[in-house]
Amino acid sequence: MLAYIIRRLLYAIPILIGVNLLTFALFFVVNTPDDMARMQLGVKRVTPEAIQKWKVERGYDKPLVWNAAAAGSATLTDTIFFSKSVRMFAGDFGRADDGRDISREIGSRMGPSLAIALPTFVLGLFVAISFALLLVFFRATTLDFAGVVLCVAMMSISGLFYIIGGQWLVSKVWHLVPISGYGGGLDAAKFLILPVIIGVFGGIGSSTRWYRTIFLEEITRDYVRTARAKGLPERVVLFRHVLRNAMIPILTGVVVVIPSLFMGSLLTESFFGIPGLGSYTIDAINAQDFAVVRSMVFIGSVLYIAGLLLTDISYTLADPRVRLQ
Amino acid sequence: MTILSVRDLAIHIPPGDFRPGAGIARPVDGISFDITPGECFALLGESGCGKSMTALGIMRLLPIAARAVAGTVNFEGRDLLALPESGMRDVRGGGIGMIFQEPATSLNPVLTVGRQIVEALELHSAMRGQAARARAAELLDQVGIPDPLRRLDEFPFQLSGGLRQRVMIAIALAGEPRLLIADEPTTALDVTIQAQVLDLLDDLRRKQGMALLLITHDLGVVARMADRVGVMYGGQLVEEAPRAAFFSQAAHPYSVRLFAALPDAKRRGGRLATIPGSVPAADVRHLGCRFAERCSEAVLACAATPPPWRVVETGQRVRCHLPGAAPAALPQIGAGAAVLAIAARPLLEVSDLQVHFPIRRGILQRAVGAVRAVDGMSLQLMAGRTLALVGESGCGKTTAGKAMLQLIRPTAGRVQLDGVELTTRSAAELRPLRAKMQMVFQDPFASLNPRLRIGDIIAEGMQALGTGAMGANGSMGDNGGDTAAKVGPLLEQVGLRADMVDRYPHEFSGGQRQRIAIARALAVHPQLLICDEPTSALDVSVQAQILNLLSDLQRDLKLAYLFITHNIAVVDYLAHDVAVMYLGRVVERGTADEVLRQSRHPYTQALLAAVPRIDGLGPLVVKLAGDMPSPANPPAGCHFHPRCPLADDACRRDYPPERRFGATHAVRCIKA
Amino acid sequence: MSIQPVLLWSDVLLFVLMASIGGLSLWARRQDALRAAWARVARNPVAMSAATVLAAFVLIGLLDSVHYRARLPAQPGAETRYSVEVNSALDAVLADLRQRAEKTYSAPLATHLFAKEALENSAQREFPRLKFGGAHLGADLAAHEFDIAVRVSRGCAAGMLLWLLMASLWCRLADLELIATLKQLREGNQGSGAGNPATGAVFVTLLGILLLLGIAISLGGGYHVFGTDKVGQDVLYLSLKSIRTGLLIGTLTTLVMLPLAVLLGILAGYVGGWVDDLIQYLYTTLSSIPGVLLIAAAVLMMQVIIDTHPDWFATSAERADARLLALCLILGMTSWTGVARLLRGETLKLRELEFVQAAQAFGVGRFAIMRRHILPNLMHIVLIALVMDFSGLVLAEAVLSYVGVGVDPSTISFGTMINTARMELAREPMVWWSLVAAFAFMFALVLAANLFADAVRDAFDPRSSA
Repeated sequence: MLAYIIRRLLYAIPILIGVNLLTFALFFVVNTPDDMARMQLGVKRVTPEAIQKWKVERGYDKPLVWNAAAAGSATLTDTIFFSKSVRMFAGDFGRADDGRDISREIGSRMGPSLAIALPTFVLGLFVAISFALLLVFFRATTLDFAGVVLCVAMMSISGLFYIIGGQWLVSKVWHLVPISGYGGGLDAAKFLILPVIIGVFGGIGSSTRWYRTIFLEEITRDYVRTARAKGLPERVVLFRHVLRNAMIPILTGVVVVIPSLFMGSLLTESFFGIPGLGSYTIDAINAQDFAVVRSMVFIGSVLYIAGLLLTDISYTLADPRVRLQ
Repeated sequence: MTILSVRDLAIHIPPGDFRPGAGIARPVDGISFDITPGECFALLGESGCGKSMTALGIMRLLPIAARAVAGTVNFEGRDLLALPESGMRDVRGGGIGMIFQEPATSLNPVLTVGRQIVEALELHSAMRGQAARARAAELLDQVGIPDPLRRLDEFPFQLSGGLRQRVMIAIALAGEPRLLIADEPTTALDVTIQAQVLDLLDDLRRKQGMALLLITHDLGVVARMADRVGVMYGGQLVEEAPRAAFFSQAAHPYSVRLFAALPDAKRRGGRLATIPGSVPAADVRHLGCRFAERCSEAVLACAATPPPWRVVETGQRVRCHLPGAAPAALPQIGAGAAVLAIAARPLLEVSDLQVHFPIRRGILQRAVGAVRAVDGMSLQLMAGRTLALVGESGCGKTTAGKAMLQLIRPTAGRVQLDGVELTTRSAAELRPLRAKMQMVFQDPFASLNPRLRIGDIIAEGMQALGTGAMGANGSMGDNGGDTAAKVGPLLEQVGLRADMVDRYPHEFSGGQRQRIAIARALAVHPQLLICDEPTSALDVSVQAQILNLLSDLQRDLKLAYLFITHNIAVVDYLAHDVAVMYLGRVVERGTADEVLRQSRHPYTQALLAAVPRIDGLGPLVVKLAGDMPSPANPPAGCHFHPRCPLADDACRRDYPPERRFGATHAVRCIKA
Repeated sequence: MSIQPVLLWSDVLLFVLMASIGGLSLWARRQDALRAAWARVARNPVAMSAATVLAAFVLIGLLDSVHYRARLPAQPGAETRYSVEVNSALDAVLADLRQRAEKTYSAPLATHLFAKEALENSAQREFPRLKFGGAHLGADLAAHEFDIAVRVSRGCAAGMLLWLLMASLWCRLADLELIATLKQLREGNQGSGAGNPATGAVFVTLLGILLLLGIAISLGGGYHVFGTDKVGQDVLYLSLKSIRTGLLIGTLTTLVMLPLAVLLGILAGYVGGWVDDLIQYLYTTLSSIPGVLLIAAAVLMMQVIIDTHPDWFATSAERADARLLALCLILGMTSWTGVARLLRGETLKLRELEFVQAAQAFGVGRFAIMRRHILPNLMHIVLIALVMDFSGLVLAEAVLSYVGVGVDPSTISFGTMINTARMELAREPMVWWSLVAAFAFMFALVLAANLFADAVRDAFDPRSSA
């Protein structure tokens, strides 16, 4: 099993390199730095000097991959590719347009992101699985049918509606919690409650339906019939037999997102004014801050690959067939 | 005094979204029988007759769409159909235990064996904790699982099929039921393992006085186990009889035909009796006798009114209009001249064939070993003859067949077809030779592309190999003409109608599909047909049709068959030569008579002895213990020595050389 | 000729899509299994009523895809010139709604603007009368509510009449007694109409749609049914125009990615070896970048290209269209991986099936096997992916437009509507109608799509039959 995990780790390396090359191509080859400068400066103010200044400020004035003017190893290192892409592996993301160090910014923003994303994730998982188990317990009854219809209706509603509607109802009409903002320490709770509840609510529809499908598929298996033939009550059959087996497909779908929780949610954070990575990203997109977007793309894929690895490990732990062979 | 009394049980499935326009399906349509304590009652029938549905109905474990609409199920004085669900839970496991057909899927894969047994113990007894665990180990021991304490902590996937079925039995025994329902308990098992499990069930029944409701399609199993037999057809019982009377003289025309359809040595070279048509669908409404349309003796009354129960003089009850007991024995064609002239050169010659699948482990996925699926097998097949390749599942017989066709490239060894070496040829070079050798697969439902019409399926080979009228790469419609003209006669040759070319596979039954698969292979005029368990997925009456077809084709077209099977009765009926495989190697080969009547290898002897016989003769002394070892890690010396009653040190040391007994009989055993 | 037809690229693709759906359905009619599956969908009342709603949306979307430029009033002696504004057939149908713009916000069915303004002839700030909404009432404002009631009932009556007309036409075609059929329908008898239980559902849905249509037309003649937005545009008009954008994103995206996903998925599954490794590497790499971020990055880059090449586009409509297509392409490129992975797995299973081995035993070539034996047996998965992705993409458009990486701001879409309306929530009292209208239309579209997709999946996926 250790060998398996090491092998998965090794497999992550070429993927990260691939991601890195892809972002490099996207940000520097599709459009040259000159093009980007021209657009950011606006048509009116474009002069060769202004473009040059813009490039120097951001370190985009070097050659792309091969610096013929430099000597020794600098032919490779004193390039955009090395300074902007390769250095990301070392956690060096450079500076944003406003001059701040991106790595530090990311470090300080992960906390608030996680403070929303983690409770949303845990609570959402719990609520959706309980709801799905309830539907499966009453399968093929009116309750089940109504539950499924409700799920489909809920997943047909835009996520934006949940946020806007929730803010309006809870904060504006009922005045229960502040409409947006963020505070440190215990103070944070009153800002976090609403986004977490809305996050859970918005996800119930699709995830309940997904879990229900998994449970229903599991419940037709032969071993469930064996369990019933023993005389076990339906409750025990569901919790001890079906749930345990359904955890395997559920884990593969769920564990992969855990590391990505650090990334936060674009929508929630920007609507609620949470100073997390999600709102950082969205601000960068709106300000067309390429350095930040590039960094987030890279971190996002690192976290996703970590998620894949975690999935493999959790899968191994949950399924004795994998664990013991 | 009965323990279980079923009266007029009817189970219906209303038409759902998936069968629009269909009527209500009646898989069980009024069935009544009694079981007395300690008795073994066998429900016998072909697939789709409603026997499993009956069992699930008794346990109230029916699929969600099906429901018991009429009748009573009286168990120890209580009507189970009227019990509340909570009361039913005490009956399940406690009063009636049940084991199922597929031990591979019937156990929970993520719980340990011990947990699954203890769970049942906790439910039906006061035992908890260590006491329950000790009792679970005792149960494992009782069902013949060696080293029970270790097995308690293992997961089902770590056990072989036979052991898993024993665990299932142990779970069923945990509640000390008075009745055990066994639904095809050995169908998924190999014949030597089947013998072990049947012995165990029989033993438990006798020792504990437990009644057994045995559901099976296998006459041999019935003969081995049952006190009384109920024959099911179309959702009803058609005959009920004590075992002896049933096997000496079956009364219902359907039962008689089932016996006549069984292949064995006595019918060798002749034709098997077949039952025309197939089992009626569950949503067909019947006026008269359900078997009438397939019965050659049917009179007018048969189709008009349902037959009443009648007791015949041999003691069995039968549901048939016809006077007297069974109809006269079906006409049989005497043993034909099966032996053909032996050609100078074998059509197929295989020597030292090896197929190894690498096992990759570790960080770099290096091959650390190999599954030796086929590990040095040699055989010869003469034109126009049938060679049966016999062995239990996992012995490598299917892999060997595919490797001969070069569908899997062999790791080593030579395969010569008509003197031409195949293993060294590229895919393109092989193509012209493919017309000479074809394959018929096991599963008729997986071997036909559901998206193609029958005509296109059969024409595919002709188009690919250019043996039919060649259209560049068009479908039937494009080049129409000659290819289409050849498909019709092919369909008729295999007993179908030429106008079926435009239909899709789903419109055909299993037997018809297998005919189509045979027609597809015949389309390119092969000399060699490799048949991989072509009848194992079929009911016995349909199996007889296919076997008859195969022998007709051999007679007319001088085909050579390599017949891969585990079914000894089929081998006995059909094969000229037999090769017995064990763990990737041929351990005994010779003519059918030599191998089946004068077998010398202990494995062959055990295999033959394990087959349940319908003539009531008890099993021979040779019993195999244990399971076949893994081909990834074969035992040193003779592969068979861990299970062999005769093995000594010499057997453990070296793989035995081939010893010859006469011109054709060869055995790899030093004790032979 | 008074108009010059304009064929936008997205129009072309949409019509190609329609044509290929038509072609495929002809092909499917000949395939027993597919026909049977569609028959199951056709007998599902929920699915068919969802399909009716979808058909209404598609009709609007198609009308909105016939583009033209109107001829400008002829100047004597000058060449004929055409307006730079590209309009669609839907614009022509809704000319009234489009042209009757107010000054700024007004509530649904209002007669006055939403905000007080200083009037010229008085020092007081008052709610000015709307230029069009309720203008026919003149000074008789007391008749406002009565007028609305009259218009609603008139609309209902017209819708009912139209429905009866269609129902009787259908009954004539199906050779049924109209009155008896209606009676059956009212009694909830599902057996009506040639034995198809879904026919009743379709007609009930149709009745609903026609009633809404009648009311909307009748009210829309004199009022702004959903009010007006900041620049006074009719919100109903904006909502109807958004439908095309949603449909395009929901369908073209999947269409763009399908050929690639199918090809790579089958290749990886069937050929195996290094081809499999390479394709797997490719899609693992692509899918490891979080979707929104990859889309954001790609859209940002695309924006740079479009902005630095203004000379490529003749009209702003063409530029917006190019951006819409590029968005579809980007969404497609980032989402093909899931389908490819699914198809690879299914191909791996199919490859081991005996009918594939039988073909191999005949020496049938690899590509012929993939075409004849693998691809047709994967079509149901492709179809399921197509319908299941649709609703997700429609919802995604709104989010992406909000994030700022969606469609061109000048393109009318649910996303841009919501994005602009969002600011209005902070006003006191709140301007809620454009937001509600956008969400309501989007909900109807997505719900219908989800229900239909479910039925299609149930009918085609053998596993979900439980």
